[in-house]
Amino acid sequence: MKADTKELPLETMDLQMGPAHPATHGTIKFNLKLTGEKVLDCDVEVGYLHRGFAKSCEQATWTQVIPYTDRLNYSSPLINNVGYAMTVEKLLGVETPPRCQFIRVIVSELSRITDHLTCCGMAASELGAITVGFYMIEAREFLMRIVETLTGARLTTTYTRIGGVKHDLPQDFTGQVTQAFQKVRRLLADCDRLLSRNRIFIDRMSGVGLISQETAIAYGLTGPILRSTGVNYDVRKAEPYLVYDQLEFEVPLGTKGDNYDRFVCRIQEIEQSMRIVEQALREIPLGSISLEDPRVVLPEKEKVYNSIEGLMHHFKIIMEGIQVPPGEVYFAVEGANGELGFYIVSDGGGKPYRLRVRPPSFIAMSACHEMIKGYMVADIVPTFGMINMIAGECDR
Amino acid sequence: MGVKFHGRDSSTILYLQQSLGGRILDSHAFRGDETIVITREGLLEVFLFLKEDPKLDFNFLTDITAVDYLGKKEPRFEVVYHFYSFRAKHRLRVKVGVSEEDPIVDSLVPLWKGANWLEREVWDMFGIRFLGHPDLRRILLYEEFKGHPLRKDYPVNLCQPLVPEREVKGTFVDQRSHNKLMQLKQQFSAKS
Repeated sequence: MKADTKELPLETMDLQMGPAHPATHGTIKFNLKLTGEKVLDCDVEVGYLHRGFAKSCEQATWTQVIPYTDRLNYSSPLINNVGYAMTVEKLLGVETPPRCQFIRVIVSELSRITDHLTCCGMAASELGAITVGFYMIEAREFLMRIVETLTGARLTTTYTRIGGVKHDLPQDFTGQVTQAFQKVRRLLADCDRLLSRNRIFIDRMSGVGLISQETAIAYGLTGPILRSTGVNYDVRKAEPYLVYDQLEFEVPLGTKGDNYDRFVCRIQEIEQSMRIVEQALREIPLGSISLEDPRVVLPEKEKVYNSIEGLMHHFKIIMEGIQVPPGEVYFAVEGANGELGFYIVSDGGGKPYRLRVRPPSFIAMSACHEMIKGYMVADIVPTFGMINMIAGECDR
Repeated sequence: MGVKFHGRDSSTILYLQQSLGGRILDSHAFRGDETIVITREGLLEVFLFLKEDPKLDFNFLTDITAVDYLGKKEPRFEVVYHFYSFRAKHRLRVKVGVSEEDPIVDSLVPLWKGANWLEREVWDMFGIRFLGHPDLRRILLYEEFKGHPLRKDYPVNLCQPLVPEREVKGTFVDQRSHNKLMQLKQQFSAKS
């Protein structure tokens, strides 16, 4: 028999995964080169959801850009709203009142929780733990309802304004949040019992999608992916904006930089975000929710309807846009997937001259091939799930 | 006005001016964002210095983008780099002017791998080429797309024609289902 044993001929195979694949939530195409079931090389094609965000922004006034930013990372639209509004405020050289800053922190953290819940729930359900998927979506639903009572929309929030927010917190907001957090904590404890010692889950996640610290930095990764490798970089701590320096929270770090670490980082960040919201709700001061500066903020409706100056003021801001001085700024906030930066160039008119978003998902996808090379085809699914590519932000 | 405003002589810029000298054409720190404009020649050496100088230590390439100043500035384009340093916790913006006739700059891929996709996007959107880039293809748009949409002279509402389906090499096609599909298509066209 010994003479008959032959090596099976191995040939590489090209496989195209996507653009529409049930396990890749989002349109994206992996051009894989396989030997057997192992990934030798991978070329990622993005851009299926490109809609010319930057070009559209150049046609709109500063205020009209805010709805466009909802559509960037549609799992956490409020963080995009906050990031954009703060960049324009930096360009204007103004700072919002403390109550507005607290509200912005609260909505950002609520959004971060919904984003992490979506990401973790979907990643778990793709590995077969569909109960966890449903539990986390249920937990997300409680928070989505809060976002809905606050902003009037689940996804297209458009909550911030340049120089403030749309309106104040609704009545008994603290009570609603406390109740929702109780339910979320209970559900997360259930998920923890379902996953933490689950052999299948740990085998599929641990040691898969490894990326080293050096590679992560060389690719410019941020957010949970970078923190899972042990680099302590969080924009909220490194360059505190809003009132993050007054609030206590920790930045969860990983050690290995694999999918399991990313998952754990995200789950722990949910707890930290809830801590931030609870503190902020305790410490939020009374006061105005937007600037009083007439160059930036629309006049009250009473003035608009009853005085010619008010009407003219309103008309000027709506038709010509806020007059922003010429210059260029870069401002970053910590999005759910990493550093969400805005680079804006103004030529002094009512419209942005150039608006660039630094999309954390896009940059994470550029390192995706490093994370899936050498693993099985089936390992692409959890790795891609934990990168949490949001096509709206990646493709803009 | 609660935002800190640094003057022209912030310490990083002063240090850079001392060490790089004539390579720096302009510098400012508008709203605290330290910015230098450098010459296109010897670009890689400057970036290597930024990366490896122990005092600067800009190990993290945050972003690469470009701006089209059509009719406002000469040279027309500016490639904009943003850096961050994990250790020193400071940021820097570096800008390089690129003319319309010769839109080429050196690629940063040898220094930071993350520059790969960012430079591809700049090529896609602005038509600026990167010398030494391993794989300069379009990234967000498709190969058949004509022009570079973020240039200021690209019309906003321009419609480009649909492209025919591309032949994809190396994919597995099930002949039986393929034949069946062709048959159905023929039947359908014969009827109508």
